[in-house]
Amino acid sequence: MFSYTLRRLAGAVPTVFVIIAIAFFMIRLAPGGPFDQERSVPAEIQANLERAYHLDEPLTTQFLRYLGNILTGDFGPSFRYKDFTVTELLADGFPVSLKLGLAAMVIALIVGFAAGAYAALRRNSAFDAATMTLAMTGIAVPNFVVAPLLTLTLGVWLALLPVGGWGSFDQAILPVVALAMPEIAYIARLTRGSMLEVLRADFVRTARAKGLSERAMVLRHALQAAALPVLSFLGPTTAAVITGSVVIEQIFGIPGIGRHFVQGALNRDYTLVMGVVIFYAVVIIAFNLLVDLLYPLFDPRVRHD
Amino acid sequence: MSIGRPLRLLQGLFFAAILMLGAAPAWAQAIHLGNGTEPESLDIHQSSGVSEANIQRDLFEGLIAEGPDASLIPGAAESWEISEDGTLYTFHLREDAVWSNGDPVTAGDFVYAFHRGLAPETAAAYAFILYPVLNAEQYVAGEIDDPDAVGIRAIDDRTLEITLKAPTAYFLDMLTHHMAYPLHRASVEAHPGDWTRPGNLVSNGAFTLAEWAPQSFIRLEKNPRYHGADEVALDEIFYYPTEDEGQELQRYRAGELDVTYDIPADQIDWIVANLNDEYRNYPYLGTYYYALNTTIAPFAGNIGLRKALSLAIDREVLTQKITRAGEIPAYSFVPPGVMGYQQQSEDWADWTQEARNARARELYAAAGYGPDNPLEIEILYNTSDNHKKVAIAIAAMWKQTLGVQTTLRNEEWKAYLSSRDEKNFEIVRAGWIGDYNDANTFLELFVSDAGMMNNPGYDNPRYDELVKGGAFETDLAVREGMLEEAERIFLEDSPLIPIYFYTTQHMVKPTVGGWIDNIKDVHPSRFLSVDG
Repeated sequence: MFSYTLRRLAGAVPTVFVIIAIAFFMIRLAPGGPFDQERSVPAEIQANLERAYHLDEPLTTQFLRYLGNILTGDFGPSFRYKDFTVTELLADGFPVSLKLGLAAMVIALIVGFAAGAYAALRRNSAFDAATMTLAMTGIAVPNFVVAPLLTLTLGVWLALLPVGGWGSFDQAILPVVALAMPEIAYIARLTRGSMLEVLRADFVRTARAKGLSERAMVLRHALQAAALPVLSFLGPTTAAVITGSVVIEQIFGIPGIGRHFVQGALNRDYTLVMGVVIFYAVVIIAFNLLVDLLYPLFDPRVRHD
Repeated sequence: MSIGRPLRLLQGLFFAAILMLGAAPAWAQAIHLGNGTEPESLDIHQSSGVSEANIQRDLFEGLIAEGPDASLIPGAAESWEISEDGTLYTFHLREDAVWSNGDPVTAGDFVYAFHRGLAPETAAAYAFILYPVLNAEQYVAGEIDDPDAVGIRAIDDRTLEITLKAPTAYFLDMLTHHMAYPLHRASVEAHPGDWTRPGNLVSNGAFTLAEWAPQSFIRLEKNPRYHGADEVALDEIFYYPTEDEGQELQRYRAGELDVTYDIPADQIDWIVANLNDEYRNYPYLGTYYYALNTTIAPFAGNIGLRKALSLAIDREVLTQKITRAGEIPAYSFVPPGVMGYQQQSEDWADWTQEARNARARELYAAAGYGPDNPLEIEILYNTSDNHKKVAIAIAAMWKQTLGVQTTLRNEEWKAYLSSRDEKNFEIVRAGWIGDYNDANTFLELFVSDAGMMNNPGYDNPRYDELVKGGAFETDLAVREGMLEEAERIFLEDSPLIPIYFYTTQHMVKPTVGGWIDNIKDVHPSRFLSVDG
């Protein structure tokens, strides 16, 4: 197990390097630069800007300089948010996205798993039909439709909750719900499907044949096995959710890091995009590793030697 | 555990009393402003946007300030003299002008700030605002190494002298720009890289920076040391980034914002029907236009064709049925309301659209196009619903009136800027908001050596002569005549198609006092108040 983890971590290093290299050159291939604005600046000012940010150097020199800097933990100043370094922006934003994302994932997991499992046990019942219809709706209706609807009804009409901002508990409710809804839907469908399969499996039949009560069989055997596909789904999804949602953050005015990825790319904020890409890569690799390490606990057939 | 009945009664009375006093406690007046986007920087030399300028205007005070209606009023300077030839400005600073830490604001603080803003290593994108100052441009370009050669110097702590390279009629207006604010040298140098943070930022305006939660809000507090502090009503200002206009409106309706930065164009009907009293729509110092690439076929040297396309656009229909946010149909490039300038107009501006269409067909045919040989043209615009709607409507008008075959090309913002600046287009959508309230900020774009800003690649020696000459002319009446003639020549040559003049749009709560709509859309918070 320990050596497996080490091997995986060692394998991650070249992966991250390749990601850095590709991202670095790709963002610079995009037309336009960080200092292009509605009013194009005179040539001498453009030259000063490029010199100040080392954009006048050959690309390979810039790349080596960047690699050297990130090895010392320096991700550079943001080209767009000039009063902050990329490290500061990520350090400020990540805890926010993390809290929001974890809250949404915990809710999604509990509600989605319970609803999906119950729907499978009561297959073809009214509950099953209702849950799956809701889940289909949850998957099909995007965040940017759900979030304004929530704020309009609960925030503006009923005035129960604040519409935007971040900091207090009540400000977190609407964004967490909006972020959790599609995940609840996915998890419910996934759980239902896998539960139905498990209920037909040999070991369940054996358990039943041995006279185990339906309740004990479900709680002790079926749920655990049904959780496996959900676990695989959770790794990348959690990584994606805790690294922020650009839609939710923009709509609710939440200072997370999700918007940095999209806005950073649109602004040609080279350093910020690079910082976010590296950060995402590390988080996603870490979560995939975590899921693989957790797998043997749920599935005795899987072992890491 | 329940609260006892008498206690609950007391509680009720207490809340009733508060309600009668008004929702906001009298001891702290706070305003909540939607501000568009997260500031690029609060450093006066590193920012270039409107959202940043709004905050900087509350924090800093230049030599000249802006009143509630954006008129020019004395700022850190209480008086000034301008030499006969219009090139030497002598400013006398107020005796009671102090920094938020108590230090006096001196002429040296302005000299330091100007030098810093122009220094090549500062790389200020808006340094060109100070180009009227003697040797400013040469210093930015690195042709001069000595900052003292730049035409600004402190005679003593309270006297500042600025020498211009040529008389500049709009120079006082330029001094309201954030590039011309003073800086507190000691605090800037003590915190290199983070002097704009709360606690580090020393400012001389009506407010100080209290809190900055990036992407969330910026909180300013009243500066008790400000010379006009007695007249400042607000104790606190909250600036919120509001990138999504729909959501901004919802926050406004929920009472979380007092003023919005913008309004969602698709909800204008609802706003007019339900919140018309709070809806502010006012002409802005800006023009929305289609530049025609006059450096290539089919527009090079083809004035008739350029005019035909302009004539065939029904701007009334476009603004009333398509954009629908109070925009004003444009028949000139310089918008109405510019100081010291009589608005010019296409000579066909008062024709009916039928008459314009008839003339357009004549010109189109004369240029050699017709049903068997239609013009095929491409419009480039940056990806946005509004620009797309406008382009589709214009393409339809051209098709219907002239039979032009138009294709649309949309590009994401930075790609669009790159295509536009490299003149990689036939027709490009563009917009221009004046940097200061003077016709020069519009007309100087199209002198032949203006570089990339000259989108259509316009080149007319007579126009160059008038615009450049106007910049040096000290007789204001003569200057006005020259600029007006320049625009008439420009309109006659039709290198671009003016479509509409922008308006600024805000939702403003009835409780907000001191708000005066104005063409610069400048609303210094020191003149605002919020009543319970």
